[in-house]
Amino acid sequence: MTAKLRLSYYLPVIIVLLLAAIFWSYLGEIKDGKSIQDLPSALIDKPAPVFKLPGIETTDKGFDSAVLKGKVTLVNVWASWCAPCRIEHPRMMQLAREGVAIYGINYKDTPEAAKGFLAELGNPYKTVGADRTGKVSIDWGVYGYPETFVIDPKGRIRYRHVGPIMAQDLTDKIRPLIKALSK
Amino acid sequence: MIAEIGQFALILALVIAIIQGTIPLAGAALNRAQWVAVARPAARGQFLFVIIAFCCLTHAYVTSDFSVANVAQNSHTLKPLLYKVSGVWGNHEGSMVLWVAILALFGLAVAEFGTGLPPTLRARVLSIQGLIGVAFLAFILFTSNPFLRLDPAPLEGNGLNPILQDPGLAFHPPFLYLGYVGFSMAFSFAVAALIEGRVDPAWARWVRPWTLAAWCALTVGIALGSWWAYYELGWGGWWFWDPVENASFIPWLIGTALLHSAVVVEKRDALKSWTILLAILAFSMSLLGTFLVRSGVLTSVHAFASDPERGVFILGLLVFVIGGSLTLYAIRAPQLKGGGLFAPISREGALVLNNLLLTTGAAVVLLGTLYPLILDAFGGGKVSVGPPFFNATFVPLMVPVMLAAIVGAMLSWKRADIGAVFGRLKIAFYIALIAIGVTAWFAGNLKDVLAAGGIGIAAWMIVGSALEIAERVALFKGPLSSSWRRAVGLPRSAWGMAIAHGAVGIMVAGITASSAWRVEKIQLMAPGDIITVSGYSLKFEGAKPIKGPNYHGERGLFTVTKNGKAVTTLTPEKREYPAERSQTTEAGILTMVSGDLYAVLGDKSKNPAKGGASWSTRIYFNPLVAWIWVGAILMAGGGLVSLTDRRHRIGAPKTARKAAKKSDDIKPEPVSA
Amino acid sequence: MTRKQRRMNFIVLGLLTLGVAAALVLTALEDKIVFFYSPTDVATKKHIPTNQQVRVGGLVKQGSWKKPTNDLTHRFTVTDLRHDIPISYKGIIPDIFREGQGVVVLGKLQANGNFQADEVLAKHDEKYMPPEVAEALKKSGMWKHTEDAK
Repeated sequence: MTAKLRLSYYLPVIIVLLLAAIFWSYLGEIKDGKSIQDLPSALIDKPAPVFKLPGIETTDKGFDSAVLKGKVTLVNVWASWCAPCRIEHPRMMQLAREGVAIYGINYKDTPEAAKGFLAELGNPYKTVGADRTGKVSIDWGVYGYPETFVIDPKGRIRYRHVGPIMAQDLTDKIRPLIKALSK
Repeated sequence: MIAEIGQFALILALVIAIIQGTIPLAGAALNRAQWVAVARPAARGQFLFVIIAFCCLTHAYVTSDFSVANVAQNSHTLKPLLYKVSGVWGNHEGSMVLWVAILALFGLAVAEFGTGLPPTLRARVLSIQGLIGVAFLAFILFTSNPFLRLDPAPLEGNGLNPILQDPGLAFHPPFLYLGYVGFSMAFSFAVAALIEGRVDPAWARWVRPWTLAAWCALTVGIALGSWWAYYELGWGGWWFWDPVENASFIPWLIGTALLHSAVVVEKRDALKSWTILLAILAFSMSLLGTFLVRSGVLTSVHAFASDPERGVFILGLLVFVIGGSLTLYAIRAPQLKGGGLFAPISREGALVLNNLLLTTGAAVVLLGTLYPLILDAFGGGKVSVGPPFFNATFVPLMVPVMLAAIVGAMLSWKRADIGAVFGRLKIAFYIALIAIGVTAWFAGNLKDVLAAGGIGIAAWMIVGSALEIAERVALFKGPLSSSWRRAVGLPRSAWGMAIAHGAVGIMVAGITASSAWRVEKIQLMAPGDIITVSGYSLKFEGAKPIKGPNYHGERGLFTVTKNGKAVTTLTPEKREYPAERSQTTEAGILTMVSGDLYAVLGDKSKNPAKGGASWSTRIYFNPLVAWIWVGAILMAGGGLVSLTDRRHRIGAPKTARKAAKKSDDIKPEPVSA
Repeated sequence: MTRKQRRMNFIVLGLLTLGVAAALVLTALEDKIVFFYSPTDVATKKHIPTNQQVRVGGLVKQGSWKKPTNDLTHRFTVTDLRHDIPISYKGIIPDIFREGQGVVVLGKLQANGNFQADEVLAKHDEKYMPPEVAEALKKSGMWKHTEDAK
């Protein structure tokens, strides 16, 4: 009788541990969503691929990889149909306002949709190259969209971010890195 | 510089908290008076440094120092001063600093006012407080540093979410935290008692005022939050059973149960291990609430930006605090000898019923809140649990609590004559019946029978509480002057209880009426259109552009008349905050005793039929809705009155406590200032 | 009454309360909870109830939001970028509602495939994506959009 009673005193702690296990599995899942961001790139510390892309419309200036030298630059791969790109966009605008040189690779998009996207949300890019076939994106080893690369003044890829850049990523990684590389 | 001072102060506070959390605890175990004596100065030091940190952060906000990342992300130069200050706790990092500041304040209170406590008990309590402080300070310093610098500093801040720029919400978090953290006192006392292996009526007398104070603050905090949701969200609703709301409501329910069970420990030396368990649970649920809100595990309407990394830390903290204390409980609680036994029909019997139902209610709310998680964890699909679930489960459990509260308050301790009590409550019973009859008659359909029952319960509680006081002061049984003397001499706790119980009745009336008989009209209105809601005619006069310090928008104008007589004008607004790129709705509300007239201005649209623009508008009449918050504030007021009872006075010398105990309930006692 | 009997009284009372609570909870869980479906679920699964409230979520499709003219019915399309659901909602749309952003709507699926919303849940925070929506997008492969053209 008393032994049984005593066990019942352990009931609360058992329930709590069970709940904690469930929470734990949840946090793991949420974190997995994040962990793709830390995906290493085969291209880290290698020179950025060499390419030449036309602009979104034929009259626009295109994106020539030659510009990725002499200062820290950001290359952002995006598409108007990509929802997370939309989520990330305000951060791109913010970086552009802070004076960061951002170049865009517009992946498999139509000129109208891409133009519409920039007209609606603002254009943070120095120039945008239209990668209609997706070939240049393959050269960059792009895994998902959006994806952002930080290029140092020597034209080497120094950092790769998969998925949308959030406010936290800006303060934790992107800004400090740009600052360090600018020296 | 100031931000660095703040961060340094936090680090010092952590160091002191580590000392406070270990040395006195060891000293109490090893019987070393000098180690035990460390507790008080450590508590003072911790308070000092945490307050310095808090002031530094506030300074950064007030001066709009955007080189501090936290300020840049959550503030803006154009923000009014009040919201610059409230912006300190309007975000995750800052709210955690407020959290530890309140924790340190409570620690200081024990150190300063706990002079009547046995030194080892006090040292242990302070040590446990210190350990909680360690956990939270480490959490702040390692995962959510509010003093992080931003280089280069942006010229302008991001702004505080405009929906949070509101006086009601500015003070919602401090009250909520006073409540949550206040329960940490009960927790620390409980854990200290488990370590000492002794729980007696004196212990309960020490715990009750802290619990009561925390409970009052939590009541006010929840009421403020719900009031804010009511007028700010523009839906006319005041409670959504949203996970964040539930997260504050569960500790409140457990805290309410704890208040009642602690009385039994104090008066009858019984229900000890149960009361200890409740004390642990009340604080645990507060922590769980923090976890759920911060980790992003649950979806909610008003969550802080969530972060799984922090979630892992809080989960660890949760397992440590809750798991640790409950394990200690499992080991030590069986040794706590129960005191007197008691009959089911008695004051303590009624309190047990109260406890059973309140904790079951809390468990049901917890289950409903976590069910989507649990089901998903077992692959059962994505679900959401909303108001229908809680209305169908929680409400029926609360009905007997409210019915029994009035009866229980009149029952005597040990063994009671329930027949006599029913006799004394006859008037309340008849009035409740009449209330049900009248409401059902006027409402006139089946759906309203339940609502009529709600009004009946409200009447029962209000009249029953009044009867309780009337009887104790022998109203109308002698000269009024003697009743007055008795009323003055009645223990404050008796007044507090009657006020709080009556307040529940007022609240129930408001909840019932506003949910059952709300009138809602949604329509397109062009200037000049008139709409009639519950006897009030609202004429839409059009909308004009407005400009505020940090927003611009449109303000609509309604002139309200009743029976041809002008009543008031309502001016709902739609605001746009450019810095935050978001919009808010400001409802136009006329509050009356009988109910609120509530107008919301929606989108403007072209209206070719009327040759101009028209606006979508929503007009509500929410009967008795203000009673909900009046009830909640009165409830907290009852708690405060009870807190002034001399038996609860912190630090009251033993003899005074004994005297107070002797003159127990019914006998009047002279009131000293 | 002996001590044992008295204890029994309270145990019975406790079990009774728990029993009643369990019964209430179980019946409520039968019919008071609301399931979530993504547009792809709606398009591919046959068994989605039409007589019960459900939630669907995704992104509000660009250019799909038709504001009301004479009545108060808003029409828009929710998409997970693979499948779409047409939604109609009578009432005032939340302040935060935007095309291209995540949204969750509560309502009933009509036999004709339209969705009649009773409530449109948008977040206070415009930067925020409802987790259900994020998951629906992940499932539809559109969240990180792994190279399906490769």
